[in-house]
Amino acid sequence: MADKVEFELVSPERLLVSEGADMVVVPGEEGDFGVLPGHALFLSGVRPGTIEVYNGETISDRIFVAGGFAEVTGERCTVLAEEAVNLAEVERVSVEARISDNEQAISVANPDEDVTEYENDLRIGRALLEALDAQ
Amino acid sequence: MPSLKYLRVRINSVKATQKITSAMKMVAASKLRRAQEQAEAARPYAQRMDRMVSSIAQTVAENENAPTLLRGTASDETHLLVIATSDRGLCGGFNASIVRAVRARISELEADKKTVKLFIIGRKGRDQLRREFGTQFVETRDGPGSSGPRYADAVAIAHTLITLFDSKEFDVCSVVYNEFKTAMTQVVTFQQLIPFAQRIGDQIDLDGAIYEFEPDEDAILDKLLPQNIGVQIYHAFLENGASEQGARMMAMDNATRNAGDMIDKLTLTYNRTRQAMITKELIEIVSGAEAL
Repeated sequence: MADKVEFELVSPERLLVSEGADMVVVPGEEGDFGVLPGHALFLSGVRPGTIEVYNGETISDRIFVAGGFAEVTGERCTVLAEEAVNLAEVERVSVEARISDNEQAISVANPDEDVTEYENDLRIGRALLEALDAQ
Repeated sequence: MPSLKYLRVRINSVKATQKITSAMKMVAASKLRRAQEQAEAARPYAQRMDRMVSSIAQTVAENENAPTLLRGTASDETHLLVIATSDRGLCGGFNASIVRAVRARISELEADKKTVKLFIIGRKGRDQLRREFGTQFVETRDGPGSSGPRYADAVAIAHTLITLFDSKEFDVCSVVYNEFKTAMTQVVTFQQLIPFAQRIGDQIDLDGAIYEFEPDEDAILDKLLPQNIGVQIYHAFLENGASEQGARMMAMDNATRNAGDMIDKLTLTYNRTRQAMITKELIEIVSGAEAL
């Protein structure tokens, strides 16, 4: 059995990460789950949250994903993300701006206008802020 | 015999055209490179998405409650063709070949007594198909702008398609686009979107192992299938984008070469005419002197 999981993170635009890791913790739809080498076949939805990549005992990468899907096989952990950013590269100010922009868009919207898009984006923004705070 | 002035003006105008076409060729070449890179970068996601959907499809296929997006409506009376064309012309046979293939497909389907509806993306396709099939248009949209195709646009289109499907507007949906082979060859491709069609030769051997799903198959499938349609449309856009630039590059290369040939021919005529005039004038002088 391989002693590492092949972790892959892909967005619709491109392949973001492809590396070996000792363990990957993914924010699944029904709770976080850790993937170690030799994991059983598993498919899960991903909620907005932070993926933690462990190498050795420490977290080598924290990546925020805005939702998507994860596929786990014995050797691989593939996350298809709708949007992904490395938490180390996120600026708090821009996240706060994103949240307030969306809040404003929802508050000024006509009652018959479809605001689901803003609401989704707002939810992602809040989750991102939460992830930043938890760091 | 055209006058010298006329020839001079003609040569200059052809030269100006040549400058434009050769500039367009170079622009297309650099855009082509970008489009190709974009298409390549997007490939991993599409592949993995396809693998996921296929592996779920295999487990759920026998299930009678499988979503209609996967199973279909058990009828194929109404076909919706999503036709991806470009907004701009001057790209050789790019749009014409799509339109030709669509026309053939429509008459084929109508011969089988099916209803055909059209969802057109791109101004050129709309203009070329409107007169014949205008009544069958469901919706028309402009193509991706100059910044290249964006995933969000593809998702928006997928969303519209699913709404149409849910309101029973059609049974089968496929997207038509030009698949990029090389800058010189593009192949018109029909890709079925709804119901989900596994790409041939993509059967995955799971070794009898069964996936575990969280939350459960249906919930994942409900999210995965619409997403997959978005990805497929995005893929079609990217292929189309690269094909368009490739076709334009070839067309402009030909145009530049033709303009060069034309300039050579005109210059030859111009020089001949000029010489003929000089000779004529000389003869006039000589014969005038002899007459004295």
